[in-house]
Amino acid sequence: MSGNMNLTLKVWRQKNKDDRGKFETYPVQHISPDMSFLEMFDVLNERLINEGKDPVAFDHDCREGICGMCSMFINGRPHGPLQGVTTCQLHMRSFKNGDTIVVEPWRASAFPVIKDLAVDRSAFDRIISAGGFISVNTGNAQDANSIPIPKDDADAAFAAATCIGCGACVAACKNASAMLFVSAKVSQFALLPQGQAERQERVLNMVAQMDAEGFGSCTNTGACEAECPKGISLSNIARMNRDYIGAQLSVQKA
Amino acid sequence: MTTSPKLDAKIPDGQLEQKWTKYRSTVPLVNPANKRNLEIIIVGSGLAGASAAASLAELGYKVKVFCFQDSARRAHSIAAQGGINAAKNYQNDGDSTYRLFYDTIKGGDYRAREANVYRLAEVSANIIDQCVAQGVPFAREYGGMLDNRSFGGTQVKRTFYAAGQTGQQLLLGAYSALQRQVGLGQVEMLTRHEMLDIVNIDGKCRGIIARDAVTGKLERHFGHAVLLCSGGYGNVFFLSTNAMGSNVTAAWKAHKKGAFFGNPCFTQIHPTCIPVSGDHQSKLTLMSESLRNDGRIWVPKRKEDAEAIRTGKLNPNDLKEEDRDYYLERRYPAFGNLVPRDVASRAAKERCDAGFGVNRTGEAVYLDFAFNMKYKYGKKEATKKGIQNPTEEQLTELGKAVVKEQYGNLFDMYQQITGVNPYENPMMIYPAVHYTMGGLWVDYNLMTTVPGLYALGEANFSDHGANRLGASALMQGLADGYFVIPYTIGAYLSNEIRTKAIDTNHEAFEAAEKSVRERLEKLKNINGTKTVDYFHKRLGKIMWDQCGMARNEQGLKQAIADIQALRADFWKDVRVPGGLNEFNPELEKAGRVADFLELGELMCRDALNRNESCGGHFREEFQTEEGEALRDDENFGYVAAWEMTGDANWELHREDLKYENIKIAQRSYK
Ligand SMILES: Cc1cc2nc3c(=O)[nH]c(=O)nc-3n(C[C@H](O)[C@H](O)[C@H](O)COP(=O)(O)OP(=O)(O)OC[C@H]3O[C@@H](n4cnc5c(N)ncnc54)[C@H](O)[C@@H]3O)c2cc1C
Ligand code: SF4
Ligand code: FES
Repeated sequence: MSGNMNLTLKVWRQKNKDDRGKFETYPVQHISPDMSFLEMFDVLNERLINEGKDPVAFDHDCREGICGMCSMFINGRPHGPLQGVTTCQLHMRSFKNGDTIVVEPWRASAFPVIKDLAVDRSAFDRIISAGGFISVNTGNAQDANSIPIPKDDADAAFAAATCIGCGACVAACKNASAMLFVSAKVSQFALLPQGQAERQERVLNMVAQMDAEGFGSCTNTGACEAECPKGISLSNIARMNRDYIGAQLSVQKA
Repeated sequence: MTTSPKLDAKIPDGQLEQKWTKYRSTVPLVNPANKRNLEIIIVGSGLAGASAAASLAELGYKVKVFCFQDSARRAHSIAAQGGINAAKNYQNDGDSTYRLFYDTIKGGDYRAREANVYRLAEVSANIIDQCVAQGVPFAREYGGMLDNRSFGGTQVKRTFYAAGQTGQQLLLGAYSALQRQVGLGQVEMLTRHEMLDIVNIDGKCRGIIARDAVTGKLERHFGHAVLLCSGGYGNVFFLSTNAMGSNVTAAWKAHKKGAFFGNPCFTQIHPTCIPVSGDHQSKLTLMSESLRNDGRIWVPKRKEDAEAIRTGKLNPNDLKEEDRDYYLERRYPAFGNLVPRDVASRAAKERCDAGFGVNRTGEAVYLDFAFNMKYKYGKKEATKKGIQNPTEEQLTELGKAVVKEQYGNLFDMYQQITGVNPYENPMMIYPAVHYTMGGLWVDYNLMTTVPGLYALGEANFSDHGANRLGASALMQGLADGYFVIPYTIGAYLSNEIRTKAIDTNHEAFEAAEKSVRERLEKLKNINGTKTVDYFHKRLGKIMWDQCGMARNEQGLKQAIADIQALRADFWKDVRVPGGLNEFNPELEKAGRVADFLELGELMCRDALNRNESCGGHFREEFQTEEGEALRDDENFGYVAAWEMTGDANWELHREDLKYENIKIAQRSYK
């Protein structure tokens, strides 16, 4: 094996959603600083399997910071110590030889644990189903350049659209609020002309679903923004709040 | 050469330009009342699957979608970076449907079907319209119009993009259309489900067996038709740019039940990936082809300099201009750094094999932005800002800001992975496995050789021949899902309106579930001494060494023997921990690697059969004097469609390729 870092991992082990779960301690040796955090877990799992033990279950897929699947709570921070970086893009050079690293799953009642470090984030999909779209059937579209969109608006919509749906914002929040995630989608469409027709309905429906899923309320601590790997801005929450109040008023009037 | 009677491509009659239009207006329709009773199963929620699911549900069909990730939004399409092609000609630079068609056929080294590719080029423009209507935030110019960039193998700017995250934005568009249908009750979405077999009844595909990854339960699902949108199989090489979960299982199970596999050996090795740095690596990371718009590829002219760079004695920034070999610009002046991927990859390998590689392993070349940062963008910005006689440093600073806006996320990713700042140092890149042009053989309707079973997106053998052009996979996935299958499926389903939903207690479902269960139990019960990854890595090495960028008869024969031995060892000695009835990622992986161990052999057989070089398939025995691929149109101008006739036994069927609208020629980018 390739490196010279020796570390102690304290990893949350939980057989399934009904199990109480507990920390297990695993020393890992010969870790290269060029490894990613997940590759370090690959090394650990390979060893556990060779020792006849159950490997640690965790979610991951692209390992490029874009699919939003990886989700480890590392030393008290979602996706670990670096800003703007997902777990899969975190490399061991961010740690020191001899470190003890505590690894837990996302913790939120709306994200029940499936096993070990893998959680169920299907609540996010249901929020999108409630309104995170523009209702346009295939074949309905007009020529793409018939709607000029000022570059600044397009860029701002894009910035909101880069959310990867990882759930770190929820894990970071002491109330387990999903406001940053929901507001990013609401903002993307609110900033575009195509999104105007359903603007009010969208925000009302998405927020209602968010509440129904059991996410907590937002008390403006800003932990979500600080931990979001894609730098989704709190200003999206402010925009969503304005839209929400406006939409509620116009619904009451109607 | 004549086409095998088992392969009817069902290409409509008439002139190329009229085929699709005529087809669309004459294909049988299913009336809305009947659509409600017709059930469609879609395996995969990437661009192909999500767009098909949304479009078919909008039409009124009952749709069930499966994916193995925890959300449809995480399908591997999310990782596509650079862009999507469309013949919009917004740049007024001479683009047209015909030109996109021509570039694609030529780029594929004349191994794709004319009618399909023409249709793809025709619908490409609608894709952009549809995506913009959904709110996909493509990059725009200051006037508010859509921006374009260039990709390899073309001389026009037809690539639409959203920074370095085009796939993400397109998939989120298709995903939101899909989730809308889930909310409306038209689509049932089953995440964390893996399809493990298809079910055929009376010669037609009627459903699937899937495993719920959370509980381990095996489930039976009926469908009047089944669409496989399960992506590509590049992970047979272990190291590739694909996501960790990308696999061949869905396509392979279908292959074992009668679907022919087309051109399995056609693999795309992408020239610009972050080089391998050590044996700990679990995957390789792509640096988008769009970087070749502004990055210049070079190695030192002298071996001594390469040696000095490798040992850290020389900083590449200090190597003088005249001591650098911009080998693509030198060899291919007409296309320069924008030659197609297969050509660029081979050229990099050639330089590195000759001893000019620049990293510790000797397997890397430079992709350098310094020149364009300064002189292309820096100068432009200086003029815009009215700075007279800017210094070199000023130019670099000004240019850096532009480069950051265009490629910022890719540069960040590079730095994160390598620990090197690419704004200050040239990037190091090397080719890596990226995409598979091969896949399930399909006819013009996208139907496989099993009636009722379709393949869309990267999972089919597709429109890209022996080499795919950049930004064309996203186009094809969305074309298949949004604009092709909604029409072509009518040709089949219009004859199925009297077929009642089949009870999943039917003996065929019973038997399929039983064989899936037995295989899982067998895997589990081996209880050997080696991990799944152990076998996967070994398979990957065999494939990369013998069936990678360069192939030859002797190596391929050796590879087939080695894979057979490895497969036997796997079934004797693999260890799969955990139980069957629980969340067990190792069990999932074991099943996938077992399938790769069979596919790898077929790939080598296909490569061995194809005694020519074309596109990504380079047989060392068949090359021109300058080392370019030497095609043999007379003997190999066909699609190789393999039928599985028994365990590790295949029969080859040929679909003759006819070119009536393009004159085939030696591909030249000089
Ligand atoms: C890093 C990278 C960058 C790329 N960049 C570009 C680009 O810029 N432009 C371009 O045109 N192309 C690009 N490509 C290629 C392109 O992204 C893919 O070819 C394309 O997205 C494939 O889409 P798909 O819908 O066919 O499959 P995928 O997106 O791979 O989706 C496969 C789906 O099938 C599901 N699935 C698979 N097997 C099973 C099973 N057994 N059971 C249940 N579900 C299953 C998965 O869960 C997933 O939902 C890139 C590829 C990579 C790797
Ligand atoms: S807002 Fe940020 S942290 Fe929250 S889901 Fe999106 S990307 Fe993840
Ligand atoms: S694994 Fe995809 S974002 Fe980390």
